Amino acid sequence: MYEILKREVLVPNTVYLKVEAPEIARKAEPGQFVILRVDEVGERFPLSLSGWDRSEGTLEILFLIMGRSTIKLSSLKEGDCIMDVVGPLGRPTEIESYGSTLCACSTFGVGPAMILAKALKQKGNKVVSVMEAQDEAYLFWEDRLKSVSDETHIVLGDGSCGKHRQASQFVKEYLELGNKLDRVFVFGRVFTMMECSQATKPFGVKTVVGLTPIMVDGTGMCGCCRVSVGGKTKFTCVDGPEFDGHLVDWELLIKRKRAYLKEEAQAFGLWQLDNLHRITELSQLPERVSVVHKNG
Amino acid sequence: MAERSKLNLNRVPIPKQAPDVRKRNFNEVALGYTDEQASEEARRCIACKKAGCKDGCPVNIDIPEFIKAIQDGNMPEAVRILKDKNSLPGICGRVCPQETQCEMTCNLAKRGGPIAIGRLERHVADWERAHPEVTEQQKGQIDLNGRKVAVVGSGPAGLTCAADLAKLGYRVTVFEALHVTGGVLMYGIPEFRLPKAIVQSEVDYVKSLGVEIRLNHVIGKIASVDELLKNGFDAVFLAPGAGAPMFLDIPGENLSGIYSANEFLTRTNLMKAYRFPEYDTPIQVGRRVAVFGAGNVAMDASRCALRLGAEEVYIIYRRSKAEMPARLEERENAEEEGIIFKLLTNPSRFLGDVRGRVKAVELHEMELGEPDASGRPRPIRKPGSEFVMEIDTAIPALGTRPNPIIPSTTKGLELTKWGTVLTDEVTGRTSKQRVWCGGDMATGAATVISAMGAARRAATDIDACLRNHS
Repeated sequence: MYEILKREVLVPNTVYLKVEAPEIARKAEPGQFVILRVDEVGERFPLSLSGWDRSEGTLEILFLIMGRSTIKLSSLKEGDCIMDVVGPLGRPTEIESYGSTLCACSTFGVGPAMILAKALKQKGNKVVSVMEAQDEAYLFWEDRLKSVSDETHIVLGDGSCGKHRQASQFVKEYLELGNKLDRVFVFGRVFTMMECSQATKPFGVKTVVGLTPIMVDGTGMCGCCRVSVGGKTKFTCVDGPEFDGHLVDWELLIKRKRAYLKEEAQAFGLWQLDNLHRITELSQLPERVSVVHKNG
Repeated sequence: MAERSKLNLNRVPIPKQAPDVRKRNFNEVALGYTDEQASEEARRCIACKKAGCKDGCPVNIDIPEFIKAIQDGNMPEAVRILKDKNSLPGICGRVCPQETQCEMTCNLAKRGGPIAIGRLERHVADWERAHPEVTEQQKGQIDLNGRKVAVVGSGPAGLTCAADLAKLGYRVTVFEALHVTGGVLMYGIPEFRLPKAIVQSEVDYVKSLGVEIRLNHVIGKIASVDELLKNGFDAVFLAPGAGAPMFLDIPGENLSGIYSANEFLTRTNLMKAYRFPEYDTPIQVGRRVAVFGAGNVAMDASRCALRLGAEEVYIIYRRSKAEMPARLEERENAEEEGIIFKLLTNPSRFLGDVRGRVKAVELHEMELGEPDASGRPRPIRKPGSEFVMEIDTAIPALGTRPNPIIPSTTKGLELTKWGTVLTDEVTGRTSKQRVWCGGDMATGAATVISAMGAARRAATDIDACLRNHS
């Protein structure tokens, strides 16, 4: 059992948890994920790591409420336990001295982006961060990201911040203006990853994306998370989760992610019916919160 | 001669759920012998001087002795004899291929029906589960010898090695990647063939020997093999299973609705998708299911699909009936339940709908040619025999390759060209000091009992080595 030490609803539908898992924290590296199972009847699902503290023995995760498993997880309180947490899984990000790097992210992607930005900077890279949110109410952790980046740019979907509405538009213009980038990393929504990859492709800037397909075991045993990269089938859990965004078959990824929409809706609906009392809080817009990172 | 005339050459049949009933539920197919039936079957044993059955058993159970105990009505003694060599009798009695092991070498096999050793083993194990106080009394005091062994994986090999070493006084910690103990016994073999409560009760027995089981521990990720050796374990036994599923490698294979047998069985058995939405993990089956391959796993997958509500389930196999690797009993069970065998047939591609779901498979007929490297006739594609079959779900059940996590994180562990760990067949030793390996990771996909046999030999060798280094 893995105890939840801290829980916050950061923006509507986005929840932050700090979980006690000392053995996983000791080995966690940027780019890795954990598989969780909330309770006895729960499914196994992956979430990217958004931080860890080795000395404290804790993991940080950040997630969007998308279905039954995530809403169940979000309804746990501080002091409650998650039944199973497995990790750290997946291959860590390759971190080298690339020169100029850009980390783009949307929603929960800010977590992994922030860890990576920090690690890239430690390796002497210049880090430009781009953060995309649908509007200001959905913006969080921008201060955390700023503290580990050389430049941080906010892009809001309602057009209220600068002229761009998507991170990919920013990236495209950044490159068109003649700025040099040696490597781009993208985390968060599939569309953000796909569009950013499309934006960098004409410029030949290698773009690494952290994929989040459906998984079951997360250890290479079932093949549920298979994706096509450069025409070859790869298992995201053991070969990834990071791949070259220019080579990913995005259409296949999106279709496979949607394979269980009907069942997901059914399970989500049933859970909500039975747990209305637990979700009232989640539907309320929280006050703007920004968790200040202890190191940041 | 008088003796011979009394010889009953017919086995006592085991009661089973009727095919029409069982194909729609996940309850166990075989119901087990009653005490009377078990005693009647046991009495058929002629107690040969040269007991072929015992040599046929990969873990050398004293088969004539435990059958004698059943004849005498001394069930606690039968339990003791079985458990002396096999910590998992309820499992082995159900899933061992006895027809190619103990029952094949039974002297009665040459003249008619061999003694139903598997069914008797199962009967004794089931009796024991109903009488837990018996094992409790039989358990001797174990003196700890102060040495620690790490076992990676809690499947049949891991549990066997752990139990054997614990009985010898080692402190054993088993690291399991999944959230339950049992490995393939839990995620792979379906409930209707091996009830999970039986697996858990045999796991409980192993735990009662003092074995500690740590779930959710993927060795190679949360700790490396070298870290285990550095952090106080005197030896490591690797038994992580075969792991990575193989696919057909044909176009369209990544469409939704195409599951590896591992995924299909894991969703069904481990995650209990057959109880969705009570359990959260979904599974999609549809009307028509095609399973590719004809091993035991293909039989399990096809029979699960039927129980999940499919109307027509096909086993599609490129060779003929004679070459099918599945156990005869499982094949017969599948046939009785209405699984349709499409033999000498092979797929060439999958076709999908606009949402990326599989809707059909293109198949072609095969004919058999000269024997290939495996000794089986090589299947050859019949030109112009292509046809399309509409399906809702496809399940390639083609076997597995070793999982890369441990080999890629363990320095000095030599591999074979198949990616399995290079292992001494007799001792289970690997190329790395203080590291042993057994089960599918050493041999490639095989049976529960052969993994257990390898684990037993490794446990013996680990004990011998550690004793010499004291």
